[in-house]
Amino acid sequence: MDRDLILALRNVSARYPGAAGDALSGVSLDVRAGDLLAILGPNGSGKTTLVRMALGLLVPATGTAEVLGRPATAWPRRDLARVVGVVSQREENLFPQRVRESVLLGRYPHLSVWGGERAEDHLAVARALERCDVTALADRWIRTLSGGEYQRVRLARALAQEPRVLVLDEPTASLDLRHEMELFELVRDLVDAHGLAAVVVTHHVNLAARFADQVLLLDDGRSAASGPPTDVLTRATVERVFAWPVAIEPFDGRPQMIPLRKPSP
Amino acid sequence: MRWLGLAGLSVVALTLAVVLGPAHVAWADLGRSPIVRELRIPRALLGFVVGGSLAVSGASLQALMRNPLADPFLLGLSGGAGLGAVAAIALHLGGPWALPLAAFVGALVALALVFRLGLVGGGGGGGAELDPRVLLLGGVAVGAFAGAVMTAIISVSEAAQLRNAFLWLWGGLSGASWYTLLVLCLYVPVPLLVLLAAARPLDVLALGEEPARYLGADVTALKRRVYLAASLLTAAAVAVSGVIGFVGLMVPHLCRGVWGQQHRALLPASFLGGGALLVLADTAARVAVAPRELPVGIVTALIGVPLFALLLRRWTAT
Repeated sequence: MDRDLILALRNVSARYPGAAGDALSGVSLDVRAGDLLAILGPNGSGKTTLVRMALGLLVPATGTAEVLGRPATAWPRRDLARVVGVVSQREENLFPQRVRESVLLGRYPHLSVWGGERAEDHLAVARALERCDVTALADRWIRTLSGGEYQRVRLARALAQEPRVLVLDEPTASLDLRHEMELFELVRDLVDAHGLAAVVVTHHVNLAARFADQVLLLDDGRSAASGPPTDVLTRATVERVFAWPVAIEPFDGRPQMIPLRKPSP
Repeated sequence: MRWLGLAGLSVVALTLAVVLGPAHVAWADLGRSPIVRELRIPRALLGFVVGGSLAVSGASLQALMRNPLADPFLLGLSGGAGLGAVAAIALHLGGPWALPLAAFVGALVALALVFRLGLVGGGGGGGAELDPRVLLLGGVAVGAFAGAVMTAIISVSEAAQLRNAFLWLWGGLSGASWYTLLVLCLYVPVPLLVLLAAARPLDVLALGEEPARYLGADVTALKRRVYLAASLLTAAAVAVSGVIGFVGLMVPHLCRGVWGQQHRALLPASFLGGGALLVLADTAARVAVAPRELPVGIVTALIGVPLFALLLRRWTAT
């Protein structure tokens, strides 16, 4: 019983024009339905490049990047948006908009050019708002939301696309403890309860270890290790990749990292 | 209700434009008067189409540039059209079509230059992308250059030409005829439909280019389509009426306040609102200093600037 393979990158490399080295070299990853994959790595290790490649915005110099067995760059964007929902690092809010309208944008790949929104579109929006616990915010202006509320609204928009995989690029970058935990709990729930797959790019080693089924640890464009958190997040590997001394302690059956003070000379 | 109000406003504006004017026409004679039939009606309708086109073009460009200050003339079109018109005036090109054609050609040249400047990248694997920031800078540069050449021509021309050129630059609908209206009505629907068809992707583009791609929009093609359609719409408007400012900037913002950000409603509302506003402004321009006539751009600026300042204050307050 093989669960559906949704994202598959094989041995991909990328090089930006004018750059000395490869931004990525020989990285592979598999994401199946029901998987939560965390991508970890220091700044500039290639996390965002890898995600952009999986999302068809970047052509691999070598290797293949496939979504449901078809090269990511060969997908029409509209069709791809019905399979992959993305919460990107940044977005703009130039003109004031209400939460419901903003989540409705997630229905874009399902709507025709001239037709209006159908009952099923409003239903999908209502469902997405409900799942992310933002129904009560539906009539609020986006600009009045807190950081945590806003991220949940953005996740609701990605869910309104009714995708099979969610991709979140540093979704908790400016959130406090509670909102950060709530967001990870929410993503975990969505994966468990609805058979979605999720890819989360994050700097939080411990949250990745707590919530993810698989971890891919990137180091300077290469895969330093990948697999279940217990296998990947060993002291030796984490110290080497992040260039800082750490201790790793098990907690609830998952490795947790404690950064150490630099030993005095 | 709000659509009804807008439709009512349009009807009132058109009625006033037909009834009022420097020449007194009795109510009973409205149907028969050649002044009404050959001058006021085509002029009112032309003003409506021009105002609507400018407003739709402005609303689309604000979304494309993701800049609330974008207006149809931001991208150098007024400079190109002005240079064309001034050249036609200085060269004494005759015939009723010389001036609009020269302005149109000038606008097209500016459009092509700015478009080419705005295309960035494409040397390697990916296709060239239209970069809104570069587009903006290119527009300002091309506009400034055309403005300099235009001023040079004006500065060496005779007084009468200078006056004509100056008046043209502030916009006016006095060249209106059924024939101009017909030509415009054959031309305008094409770019207008292209922009209406782009309504939904423009909603998505407001989030930024990368988020729009993730939501399924073909951003590369969208930007080109919207830039070209909005500019072609503006080029036609400027050819028949000169540079009429503020309609394209202000009307979309007024409509955003009432209809929200969804372009499927915003674009049609802007068309009606822009049409009604320009017809009202043109009526005022004809009546205010009768029997002479103010350039309509002066009236739109006189109404527009204070109104816009008020809006700005309200936004920044909240």
